[in-house]
Amino acid sequence: MKKYATFLWDCFRLSFVGDWRYHLWMTILTLVALFGLYAYCQQLVYGLVTTGMTDQVSWGLYIANFTYLVGLAAAAAMLVIPVYVYRNMHLHDVVIFGELLAVAVIIMCLLFVMADLGRPDRFMHLFWRFNFPISMLTWDVIALNGYLLLNLHICGYLVYCAYCGRRPSPLFYVPFVFIAIVWAISIHTVTAFLYVGLGGRPFWNSAIIAPRFLASAFAAGPAFIILTLQVVRGCTRHRVSNDALLTLRRIVQVAMIINLFLLACEVFTEFYTDSAHVESARYLYFGLQGHRALVPWIWSAVAMNLAATALLVLPASRGLRVLNVACVLSIVGIWIEKGMGLIVPAFVPTPLGEVVEYFPTSHEIAICLGIWAFGLLLYTIFVRISVPVLAGELTYEKRAAAPRVEAAPTREGNLAKE
Amino acid sequence: MAHSREDKHESAPHSGQAAPEVSRRGFLAQGTAALAGASAVAAALSPLRHLAPGDVPTVEEFFQKHYKEMTDEEKRQVFARIRQAAEKRFGVELDLADPPPMDGVEFVYGLNISRCIGCRRCVHACVEENNQSRAPEIQYIRVLQMEKGSINVETADHHYDPPLVPDADKYYMPVQCHQCAKPPCVKVCPVEATWQEPDGITVIDYDWCIGCRYCEAACPYWARRFNFAEPEIPQEELNPNTAYLSNRPRQKGVMEKCTYCLQRTRVGRMPACVEVCPTGSRKFGNVLDPESEVAYILQHKRVYVLKEDVGTIPRFFYYFDERGSRYREPITADGPGGDA
Repeated sequence: MKKYATFLWDCFRLSFVGDWRYHLWMTILTLVALFGLYAYCQQLVYGLVTTGMTDQVSWGLYIANFTYLVGLAAAAAMLVIPVYVYRNMHLHDVVIFGELLAVAVIIMCLLFVMADLGRPDRFMHLFWRFNFPISMLTWDVIALNGYLLLNLHICGYLVYCAYCGRRPSPLFYVPFVFIAIVWAISIHTVTAFLYVGLGGRPFWNSAIIAPRFLASAFAAGPAFIILTLQVVRGCTRHRVSNDALLTLRRIVQVAMIINLFLLACEVFTEFYTDSAHVESARYLYFGLQGHRALVPWIWSAVAMNLAATALLVLPASRGLRVLNVACVLSIVGIWIEKGMGLIVPAFVPTPLGEVVEYFPTSHEIAICLGIWAFGLLLYTIFVRISVPVLAGELTYEKRAAAPRVEAAPTREGNLAKE
Repeated sequence: MAHSREDKHESAPHSGQAAPEVSRRGFLAQGTAALAGASAVAAALSPLRHLAPGDVPTVEEFFQKHYKEMTDEEKRQVFARIRQAAEKRFGVELDLADPPPMDGVEFVYGLNISRCIGCRRCVHACVEENNQSRAPEIQYIRVLQMEKGSINVETADHHYDPPLVPDADKYYMPVQCHQCAKPPCVKVCPVEATWQEPDGITVIDYDWCIGCRYCEAACPYWARRFNFAEPEIPQEELNPNTAYLSNRPRQKGVMEKCTYCLQRTRVGRMPACVEVCPTGSRKFGNVLDPESEVAYILQHKRVYVLKEDVGTIPRFFYYFDERGSRYREPITADGPGGDA
């Protein structure tokens, strides 16, 4: 127990240690996160009237970001499957970064949901009267929190074992890894079912939403990991092989192609049928009754996704520079498409045919940026801690052996140990 | 990328030498950083000082049970607290009742499409009866001005505003909560804050709702409303005759909806919208009573429900008159009139 407390204390200390770039990065993130907190406090005081949401468009940026981030959490599964199912060892050393990302991202998801609640003070009601299994939202609560716990356990166990200098026992984590794979697929499916099950919203009421959701998640998640791994490689001494990146490239490649194919299926069904149900899709792609707020966004998303897919298919994307461009394009493209492009059009027109557009307010944007900054902050800390610990540079033994002065909580002492 | 790694190698031994001295400076720096951090957090939290006293739940409010779980004694205490809060907030003594559903009663609502003239008196009578927020204004009834020859709501005008109604070339279709027999809003609520009562009315426990607005997304009739801000009602306009599950004053951050005025209808009165309608287009009653007006209409008139395809089985229907329609013969006191 004392050992574990020391471990937590060391993690805490380590998160404050780094060179000036690290401190600058963390300071900026902290300030943005605090600014988001400031905006959220205002929302608490005045109510959701501070957002651009209305009775007509009753979900906006928060739920859009939530939806996208659930997809991003797939990154972990997409790293784990090749390693543990197909024994592709290129990715073995980087699996932990995917799982850490999943932890940070799921926390962001939960924060976005909290930000969207009108009465966050009644959050406990979920525990006292839980409409399971009828309400899909309760399924999502279980899926997301379960995924969070699974990944926390796996990462925490592996890092703590490294800290104690002992080999992790497969019995304590491999079964959880396999559960987490299935669970990762379930979080997307359940989140898609949140929307798909609503008969009053024809835009969502389509079986293709869940598979498309998975496809785009399996593209955006690994694309994000490709970029992250390069940052990890640049800023720490953790070794990430190019083979690992190229394995991930293949995953993004296939997922993007499937995503585009499913998009084509969806667009065809909507516009060829041309029934009354097409109104939302028409609003999204072409505008309705002169309201065109989403049109430039969705076409940029389509262009980005097409460009990213083209780049990924070309051999040129075996070079890191092209690959990075493709990754950024697919991350942003899918953010627009899975966020605003999936949530907002379902509310336009309303079930009674009224066309009211949604424009997020600066408050809302500040809160979103704040949550993103907080998520990045968490992820940076996780990576900051796990890299030296997994490399065996910071262990309980070394700590105990170190002279008194160096064990004192000074940043220099820690840097020296590194 | 490569040189950043070198940076760290260099800095490590260098700083290790000067450890004791740097640690004092480091201590000061850490102290300053902690102070700056703490003040930044305080600044971020500063808007909270504007929280109204009622915004922070008291211990009793926090642990208040779900309506269905409260004993009679607990209800009495909770109701007393709500009355007290209303008196403080509006300076009005509230008559807060909790009329139970009546045995053998299932309420249904009929709306005569041939007669409605689109005057929107029902909309405003509803707001006054049910204590909806006046700013921002919340209305449960939305009257659609429809194109003749179409029942497509997407060609309807929600914001028609002529000096005189009705427009001879249009017809009017008011929409409010349909009190569905298979309500999608009840299905999706994660905390069971909304449910269907035995008399067919879907109600909300405003003190249990967490404000996720999933029900608002699920409703095919756009019948639910959210309190985006603290509801504002002038003191003299507050209707003191209220019920726990219907028109008692709400707080910000919760959903609300039409309850067929259960504070009136469960004690034998008509809903406010029925009472105010100048053309008699609105009919309300117990469908289980074969002698009731609504039972007669359902048997003898041409009836339809809105969006039958979404499978919600509404308890709200629309119907036509064969005679006495405002389109064919003027409705006068001694004229043929409707035959319902």
